[in-house]
Amino acid sequence: MKDTVAPSTPRASNRIWDAIVVGAGHNGLVTASYLARSGLDVLVVEKNDWIGGAAVSRELYPGITYSNCSYVCSLFRPEIMRDLDLPAHGLQVLPYEGGAVFQRDGGYLATYRDHEANRREIARHSPRDAENYDRYARDLMRHCRFIRPLLMRTPPDPASFKPRDLSEMAYLARQFLALGADDAADMVRFWTMSISDYLDEYFENDTLKAYMTVAAITGTALGPMSPGTAYVLLHHYMGDVDGNIGAWGYARGGMGAVSQALAASFRAAGGTLRENAPVARILVRSGRTEGVVLDDGEEIRARRVISNMDVKRTFLTCMDPSDLPEDFLGRVRSFKSRGSSGKLNIALDGAPEFPALPDGSPCLRGDLHFTDSIERAERAYDDWKAGRWSADPFQDTMIPSMIDPTMAPPGKHFMSCFVQYCPPKLRNGSDGERDWTDNDRDAFGKAVIDQIEDHAPGFKQRILHVEVRTPRELEAEVGLTDGNIFQGELTFDQLLFNRPVPGYAQYRGPVPDLWMCGSSTHPGGGVMGAPGRNAAAEILRSVRGGVGNRTEMRDAYPVL
Amino acid sequence: MNDLRHHFRTPLMRSPFHPRVAAANVLNAWAPWAGVTTALNFGDVAMEHSAIRNSASLYDISPMIKYAIEGPEAAAYLDRLTLRRASGLPVGAVQYTAWCNDAGHVLDDGTLFRLGEDRFRLCCQERHLPWLQDSAIGFDLSIRDETEAIAGLSLQGPTSFAVLSAAGGADLAGLKPFRLAEVHLGPAGPVMVSRTGFTGDLGYEIWTTPDRALDLWDHLMAEGAPHRLRPVGTEALNIARIEAGFIIANMDFVCAEQVLRPDRARQPDEIGLGWMVDLDKGRFNGRNAIRAARAGDTLRWALVGLDIDGNVPAEGAELYLDGKKAVGQVTAAAWSPTTKRNLALAQIRRPWHRDAGDRLRAEIYALRELQYHKLMLPARIVDRPFSSPKRRRATPPGMF
Repeated sequence: MKDTVAPSTPRASNRIWDAIVVGAGHNGLVTASYLARSGLDVLVVEKNDWIGGAAVSRELYPGITYSNCSYVCSLFRPEIMRDLDLPAHGLQVLPYEGGAVFQRDGGYLATYRDHEANRREIARHSPRDAENYDRYARDLMRHCRFIRPLLMRTPPDPASFKPRDLSEMAYLARQFLALGADDAADMVRFWTMSISDYLDEYFENDTLKAYMTVAAITGTALGPMSPGTAYVLLHHYMGDVDGNIGAWGYARGGMGAVSQALAASFRAAGGTLRENAPVARILVRSGRTEGVVLDDGEEIRARRVISNMDVKRTFLTCMDPSDLPEDFLGRVRSFKSRGSSGKLNIALDGAPEFPALPDGSPCLRGDLHFTDSIERAERAYDDWKAGRWSADPFQDTMIPSMIDPTMAPPGKHFMSCFVQYCPPKLRNGSDGERDWTDNDRDAFGKAVIDQIEDHAPGFKQRILHVEVRTPRELEAEVGLTDGNIFQGELTFDQLLFNRPVPGYAQYRGPVPDLWMCGSSTHPGGGVMGAPGRNAAAEILRSVRGGVGNRTEMRDAYPVL
Repeated sequence: MNDLRHHFRTPLMRSPFHPRVAAANVLNAWAPWAGVTTALNFGDVAMEHSAIRNSASLYDISPMIKYAIEGPEAAAYLDRLTLRRASGLPVGAVQYTAWCNDAGHVLDDGTLFRLGEDRFRLCCQERHLPWLQDSAIGFDLSIRDETEAIAGLSLQGPTSFAVLSAAGGADLAGLKPFRLAEVHLGPAGPVMVSRTGFTGDLGYEIWTTPDRALDLWDHLMAEGAPHRLRPVGTEALNIARIEAGFIIANMDFVCAEQVLRPDRARQPDEIGLGWMVDLDKGRFNGRNAIRAARAGDTLRWALVGLDIDGNVPAEGAELYLDGKKAVGQVTAAAWSPTTKRNLALAQIRRPWHRDAGDRLRAEIYALRELQYHKLMLPARIVDRPFSSPKRRRATPPGMF
């Protein structure tokens, strides 16, 4: 099609889309797919020339595929995979095996998928902890059973008297009261405690406690001794791989495979996806949302706009403040989305060798850690508070190519190192904040690589290429404000009907026909898809007439 | 134990691969298959199933019953015995087939290998020597049970060709599905390879003699390691075969010779094998009965694939129409990690295989901590296979 309008003048087509989704992250694509399947005319606009946001795979070294941001899969709701037919569009989740924490004295603590092997491994470090582990797992499962049904429900507005809000509040109350007094007390303690205090009630061994801490601080600007971290653990534990709750897996082909399958499903449902289409502004006219304006001035109109961006980016950078209520803006400004993590993506010429592990250990096919006490994790967090990256960082490191043959040729490997802590801005004493520089980034990367080399001599020689990502890169490339991987921290004050902002937890923005579907909304981050699915449910509920097909959107599988 | 009178001491025979299987069977999970002890799993069913769909898997198929059918009239005999036209099968090709008694009831299904102009091998689940011999009266051929003379490994999964190539079988790149070839696999020596399997994925079956079985296992495991090859047991294979929509004799239907209650016998049309029936090829066992049932519309059952709501496997579930009328039962079921669906195979009364629409419910009893949760989950009849990756048929096959 020939463009007859001079490039300097804003273009506007007459087409009015039923919906524009801003950002082709996994939640945006989930929302878009459900809407398209329901017969809506949906456009997804993505600023990058690649899709997926933080669920992306790119080949940065010839022949080796990286999971550049998110790197494991467990939370993604199987109901959504089924609704959107994602396996038929190429999504395959691969369970992985166990893992290990390496100790400073040359030892290690492994986890195994087999219960008895796992028990005896813990018993090597503490016979008491080995037997208490089952009670711990049981208690955690109880919390999971409470929280899982809430993931795929729109939170009620406690200040509303609408019948649906009242009945949802009543549902929550019933769930809670059904627990009984003791369990209810445990539940509230669990939601508010630090993981360190919580683990002290079960375990005595430092290394085991350090291992159990991993999921409680991942992606969170808190240390293991900060209140609220026990809930973060649950957030990472409540997923499953094929019904195996708490298990994690890899997406075959890297996490970008999730996004690619979603995009394929979306296109198969008739949706339109535009890359290289950065949104400068969400258009509000006469008090309602009318579309978006791209960076190059192109105006695209729609009956509704759904933002997959985090709330800060949506409302503080992509909208005119005069279009928004002041108190709402204040709440958005104070929404916590502090970045806490960095990432190293490493192409390897051969598998690293950890002398601590016995021959044939399956641990290399699982998650690897180098922090063998809670104290060390807390000290790593002290560095973050002081505005530095952790000198002795905390890692959640995997080698997905150990299992996934598509990521690297035989013998070569892709290693993903998730690292905490890493502040969004750096500070030297009282000098005030400053931005990351390339030198800072490289020095951070070196700290991480040195830590691995300490436990795997010769590791450095096998490195073919490293991609180092700090909050600066995550914000610039993916668009996550301050590099927070969850689009907002997962602390109790920012969950359920308070996420992202009290009164706006039902995926509606403060302007008519403006919606939110990203991880800033309930139930939060991780490659879960539930925010996108719930947003689609609300949008479809609001659509009156004009929509032919009724989409199939199943409820969460019942917890038996 | 050469004294043949001592079978009571070893009721289960050991496969030629037993020393390696036993070493890897870390949970000692054994089950009999055709009188041979076989591994149910190698410690982790989920990882094993994942290997079938993600990398490569090795499964011992030695216990499969195998008959050598050889002679100038072997092809004519098999045309008469089985539902398909065996004489049309080229040398070096394999055919999935089934055979019936005179009532048109299925005796078994299996794979027929044409090894030479006059040489066939029939592989199946159950033993049929008397039937095969009695049916051969008047034909110039010999029938011999060669089950114990042949050891077999099934190599299945996306990297199975990469494993085969690394092991010395790179020349098999052009081997199409349901074709076989001879190849020399390094220290494992000459073997026969067929592009067949029970997973619905890219895969091969490798056939050798028992004396070279361990060399074959060791060679494949060593060369397969970089391609994430892993031994798998029957439990993982069962999930894969359900995903592929494959049936198993005496699990999804009862072999006609073993049927005690006469109403349990099934015609090919009643277990989803109607497509095999070649009414134009001349006379064969069961032809008249099959034709009569079709003409008289007396078929009573159908075998269907089900996509059931929820995530609780429907093993043994009864099927109800509108939640009231019992119309069938599930014969195999699994949560499918590949399709993220709750899948089942079921026998269902006609005409509900066609007319049930969204009226079917599967009655599932889920035992949880000593109490049953009774579920009536909506079930939809869907096409089989539930999952059929393109790599299954790609020639030359990909490396992953």
